[in-house]
Amino acid sequence: MSKRIDVSGLTAYYGSHKAIDDISMNIEPRTVTAFIGPSGCGKSTFLRTLNRMHEVTPGGRVEGKVLLDDENLYGAGIDPVSVRREVGMVFQRPNPFPTMSIFDNVAAGLKLNGNFKKSELGDVVEKSLKGANLWNEVKDRLNKPGSGLSGGQQQRLCIARAIAVEPKVLLMDEPCSALDPISTLAIEDLIGELKERFTIVIVTHNMQQAARVSDRTAFFNLAAVGQPGKLIEIDDTERIFSNPSVQATEDYISGRFG
Amino acid sequence: MDISTQTTDAPPPTPQPGIAEQKRNARGATRAGDRVFLGLSRGSGILLLVIMAAIAVFLTYRAALAISRDHGNFLTTFEWNTNVIPPTFGVAVLAFGTIVSSIIAMAIAVPIAVAIALFITHYAPRRMAGPVAYVIDLLAAVPSIVYGLWGALVLVPHMTGLFGWLDDFFGWTGIFSWDGGAPRSMLTVGILLAIMILPVITNVSREVFRQVPQMHEEAALALGATRWEVVRMAVLPFGRSGVISASMLGLGRALGETMAVATVLSPDFDIHASLLNPGGGTFAQNIASKFSEATADGRDALIASGLVLFVITLLVNGAARIIIQRRAEYSGANA
Repeated sequence: MSKRIDVSGLTAYYGSHKAIDDISMNIEPRTVTAFIGPSGCGKSTFLRTLNRMHEVTPGGRVEGKVLLDDENLYGAGIDPVSVRREVGMVFQRPNPFPTMSIFDNVAAGLKLNGNFKKSELGDVVEKSLKGANLWNEVKDRLNKPGSGLSGGQQQRLCIARAIAVEPKVLLMDEPCSALDPISTLAIEDLIGELKERFTIVIVTHNMQQAARVSDRTAFFNLAAVGQPGKLIEIDDTERIFSNPSVQATEDYISGRFG
Repeated sequence: MDISTQTTDAPPPTPQPGIAEQKRNARGATRAGDRVFLGLSRGSGILLLVIMAAIAVFLTYRAALAISRDHGNFLTTFEWNTNVIPPTFGVAVLAFGTIVSSIIAMAIAVPIAVAIALFITHYAPRRMAGPVAYVIDLLAAVPSIVYGLWGALVLVPHMTGLFGWLDDFFGWTGIFSWDGGAPRSMLTVGILLAIMILPVITNVSREVFRQVPQMHEEAALALGATRWEVVRMAVLPFGRSGVISASMLGLGRALGETMAVATVLSPDFDIHASLLNPGGGTFAQNIASKFSEATADGRDALIASGLVLFVITLLVNGAARIIIQRRAEYSGANA
C-alpha cells in the first residue's frame, strides 16, 4: 500500500544555517521520483525530512508540512519513530548491522515493531529477500553475517530489511554511489519492480540513472555556496531531460555546470 | 557545506595494517629518519620482551625456591607461617579472596560503567556530557591509598545498615549472613574496588561507544527504532568487544589492588562462605602487609604468591581474548 506525499513550504536548518528553503511538491503513489542537483543543493537533506531523519542530526530542525496521504508527519503528537516505520530508508553506503546474521538483519525491523508471529518470521524474511532479488544468492547462508556479502549484495540486503516492514514509502539516498556498474544495474532493476508496491524517492548524482529509473525528476540548485538549496522544478522525467522549462535545469543536465 | 555528506558518517576505525606489511614497509626504508624510527621502535619492542622475561624468570626462580621449602601444600594449605623452619604456607585463601572480591567489583562496576558511558555518549545533552566525563576522569586520578582511607573511615561505618538488611533478608543463603562484626569484609572490599575500577571501564567503553559508525545507528533509526532500541541494535553489539576489553582493564586493577584492600580488610587465613563477615585476604594485600616483616624465606613465599596472581591475570586476559575472537567475524570492524 503506497501513499502519496504532499510537501508544502518545507524549510530545514542545521543550527542557524538554512539548508533548504521553502520546498513544495507532490509525489504520487507507485511512482519513482528522482532528486538531482549539484552537491550541497539540499536534496539529501530534503529526503531526510521525509522520514524525520533530518532532526537526528545535531541542530537539525524543520519547518513546514509533509503530508503522507492526509497525515502531517510534523503534526503535533506525531512520534518520529512511528513515521520511520511508515517511511523506510536506504542509505548511500550499505549499512547492514555488522553483528547480525543475514536473517536477523532482514528481521530486525519486524522485531522492533513487535507485531509478528515467530512462525511467520521466516516467510517474511524469504519474501523480503526475494523482493530484493537476493534470495537465491543467500538462501544457503542466512545465518552468516551480513557484512560478509559484497557491496551490491549488502545494499540489496538493506533494501530487503527496509521493505520487510512493509513501509508505504521507500527513500533511497544515492543507493548506488558506492557500487560497481553491475550491482548498480541490479538495484535499478529492483527499483522498477519495487515501485509497484511502494512510493519511491531516490537521490542520485547520476543523471543517466535518474533518466533510467524515475517517472518524475526534481532538480535542486543553490544560488551560491552557503546559500540554501531550492527546488528549481519538478516534472515528468522525459520532459526534464528533453525540454525542461527552466534554463538552469537544461544547463545542469547538459553538463554546462555542476 | 556539502550537505550530501551529512548522510554519510565517520569512516569506521581503519584496521591496523598487518605486521607483515609494516615490516615490509620498514625494510624498504632507506631514509635516515625511517632508520632511526625503525631502530627506536624495534628497540622498544625488544626492551618490553626483555623486561617481561626478566620478571618471569625472577618470579619463577624465587617462587621455586620457596615452594621447595614449603612444609604445607602450596595450593591447599590454609596458613601463612613463613617465619618458622620449615615454613608452612598456601595460596588457597588468597586466590579465593582475590577472585571473590574482584567478581563482586566487576558485578557492580561493569553495568554501572556501561550505563554511564551510554549516558555520556547517547543520552546526555552535550552541555552535560563533558562535565560528567570530567568527573569520571577525576575518579581515576584519586590515589588508591586515598580510596583506602576513605573506605576505612567512611565506607566501613556506613556499611552496617546495608549489611543488616542483607542479613535480614538473605542471611539464610549463608553468603549474606552477618555476625554483626565490623564490616571490614570481602563485600566492602568489592564495593570499594568497584568504585576504583569504575572510571577505567567507563572511559574505555565511552570511547568505544563514541566510535560506533553513525551509519549503523541511522540504519536502526530508519527502521523505526527508539533511542534504546538503537543502543541495543547498533551500539551495544558494536561495542561488545570493547566493553570486554575495558572490563579486563578494570579486572586487572581489581585483582592487583593493594593499599585500598589492605586498609579496609580485616584479614585472616581462612575461607569464609559469608561475604559480610570479616576475614580472608587477597594476594596483593597479603604481600603488602607481610613483606616488611618477612624473613628471606618469607619474602620468597610472598613472591611465589605473586607468581600465582600473575598467572591468574594471564588466564583472565587469555579468556577475554578468546571471547572477543570467537565473534570476530561479527565484529563491527569489518563493516
